[in-house]
Amino acid sequence: MDLAGLAVGWYLALSVALFAIGGAGLLVRRNPLVMFMCVELMLNAVNVAFVALGAGLNDVGGQVAVFFVLVVAATEVVIGLALVVAINRRRSGATADDVSLLKG
Amino acid sequence: MIEAAWLICAFPLAGFAVLLALGRRLGEPRAGWLATAAMAGSFVTSVAVFFSLMGRDPAERRFVVTLFEWIPAGDFSVDAGLLVDPLSVTMALFVTGVGALIHLYAIGYMHGDGDFSKFFVYLNLFAFSMLVLVLGDSLALTFLGWEGVGVCSYLLISFWFTDEANATAGKKAFITNRVGDWGFMLAMFWAFGALGSVRYLDLFGQAGSLSSTTATAIVILLFVGAAGKSAQLPLHIWLPDAMAGPTPVSALIHAATMVTAGVYLMVRVNPLIAVADAWAPDVIAWVGVATALFAAGAAMAQNDIKKVLAYSTISQLGYMMLAVGTGAYVAAIFHMVTHAFFKALLFLGSGSVIHALDGDQDMRRYGALRAAMPVTAVTFIVGWLAIAGVPPFAGFWSKDEILAYAWDASPALWLVGIVTAVLTAFYMSRLVFMTFYGEARHSSDAHPHEPSRLMTAPLVMLAAAAVVAGGLNLPFTKDLHFMGAWLEPSLFGNEAHLGLGGGAQWLLALVSMAGAAIGIAGAAAVYLQHRLPASRVELPAAARAFYVDEAWTRFVGGPGRRAFEGVAAFDANVVDGAVDGVGRSVRAGGAVLRRVQSGFVRSYALLTAAGAVALLVWFLVRTSF
Repeated sequence: MDLAGLAVGWYLALSVALFAIGGAGLLVRRNPLVMFMCVELMLNAVNVAFVALGAGLNDVGGQVAVFFVLVVAATEVVIGLALVVAINRRRSGATADDVSLLKG
Repeated sequence: MIEAAWLICAFPLAGFAVLLALGRRLGEPRAGWLATAAMAGSFVTSVAVFFSLMGRDPAERRFVVTLFEWIPAGDFSVDAGLLVDPLSVTMALFVTGVGALIHLYAIGYMHGDGDFSKFFVYLNLFAFSMLVLVLGDSLALTFLGWEGVGVCSYLLISFWFTDEANATAGKKAFITNRVGDWGFMLAMFWAFGALGSVRYLDLFGQAGSLSSTTATAIVILLFVGAAGKSAQLPLHIWLPDAMAGPTPVSALIHAATMVTAGVYLMVRVNPLIAVADAWAPDVIAWVGVATALFAAGAAMAQNDIKKVLAYSTISQLGYMMLAVGTGAYVAAIFHMVTHAFFKALLFLGSGSVIHALDGDQDMRRYGALRAAMPVTAVTFIVGWLAIAGVPPFAGFWSKDEILAYAWDASPALWLVGIVTAVLTAFYMSRLVFMTFYGEARHSSDAHPHEPSRLMTAPLVMLAAAAVVAGGLNLPFTKDLHFMGAWLEPSLFGNEAHLGLGGGAQWLLALVSMAGAAIGIAGAAAVYLQHRLPASRVELPAAARAFYVDEAWTRFVGGPGRRAFEGVAAFDANVVDGAVDGVGRSVRAGGAVLRRVQSGFVRSYALLTAAGAVALLVWFLVRTSF
């Protein structure tokens, strides 16, 4: 258990690092494409945590949750890329801040 | 047979429905005959129910015929059911009997009216409402009928609504009755709050568990309702104006049936009156006797023949309330029945006279009509002798019974009652002498004539009833007290016991006969022999009904109006302000919060991240402490 615990700790550290990098990227970058990549990074950081904890606690639920996250990520990418294409058709080279006109 | 009691209500309702759909097509006179047939069917059913009730043991003469569940609402549930007992059957009998005769009369009276069929639509709807009022097994169902008769009264008073005065009279009746309905509704709410039911049998069964204060409050509030419907002081003002309606309406609604609903209600709730404080029946008795005296005084100086009869009705209703207040419930119902006969007769007779003189209602232009209208005159004279209290006509027996109980309760009540009796004899004699005797004062182009058989037949039947109805309840021995024995199951032993001996009763009867003789002789001296100018007895204050109307106008127009303007201001500022304030504060809050929605995706992301961090911190704090 000690060995597994040590290994899980490292995996979790990796997950936190990836999540932080993704989050920071999401907040500082203005290119929508890059922002989506950051979101993907955050989702996958969570996946790492799920898998690590699933293995460490010997619970298959962790792996199952990953499948759900993958499905959500896939749909999110589909919608996100559609948005990116739509924005680029209208105004090429636009940033995420340029579409603030949609506010209520 | 008792299960068929619903037919009593169903006949007029069916008549109403058919006439509403096909009335115009049926036209005159078939619409009238249909309405009359509906009433006759209702009467026959009532008679059948009466006999099947008679065939049972007195203790078992009380049935509830449940028809359907009317208002299911949580704890509050009201079934539409009919309470068939001696009291309600007595009411149903005379309502349908007198009602059928008046329907018959109206076929002749409304001849040639453009809205002939509409008149009978209203009349049948009225009869249905009245029967629901009478037969309903709960305060709620009685209230439904109560409001129904109010609406029909409004519709029929302002039947000839193209004349502004008639429309105003209808509104006055309706609005004055709202005051009474307020009392009725509060009483109903209170009864439900205290006992959890508005069914009569539940109320009566549990009346003993009521505190006397609650019972008193309910009784007084019900009396407010009864005072509105039965035109007691000071809510009587609508009834004289209600004479604007066609005369059959005055006879049916404003003399024989609807106005007695208040008295019926008070008799019906006698177990509650029995539990109430002693001052509650005293209030009823004194208001009743004061109304009787006041209205008799006003009737002395009216020149409109229907106004005299209207004040007379108020006065007689005062007698009935006096009877209720002194615990003489049988006498109240007895007088109600005899009054229904002779007052309907008098109204229909006055209708014949008005009909014969082309709509003229002013008695100063009548006179010597006896020769031209013999049937009307003879039947009217029978009605006059009955109301004046001349034996052996019906009014003598019923009025005397009330006065005997009044004497037993308090000689002061009796004194006011006997003075009223003298005035009654006087003003009714005045009416008869001015109309049928003396010299003819109508214009020469008026040709008074006897109306058609359709109109005289009901007069003759009602006159016969007014002669013999006293036999319903003779005072001589207990065996002849038919009505008292019959009504016993409805009174739960709450009827007051007359402590007078036979001798005292004879003495009171003699005094009352002497009073009637004095009244008639006085009127003869003034209006037949002209020993005294009429202006000496027709006081201006009495002609204006002692300025009660003016006082109401002043009160409602002055402080009343200001008070209600205050209420309206409260509504506009506080109530509406609260409602508008909710909307306004939501809008203002939205205007502030919308700034958060900037449109910058990354600021949303930042807020989401901040929220996630805040949640995390909260969980950490919660688990570590």
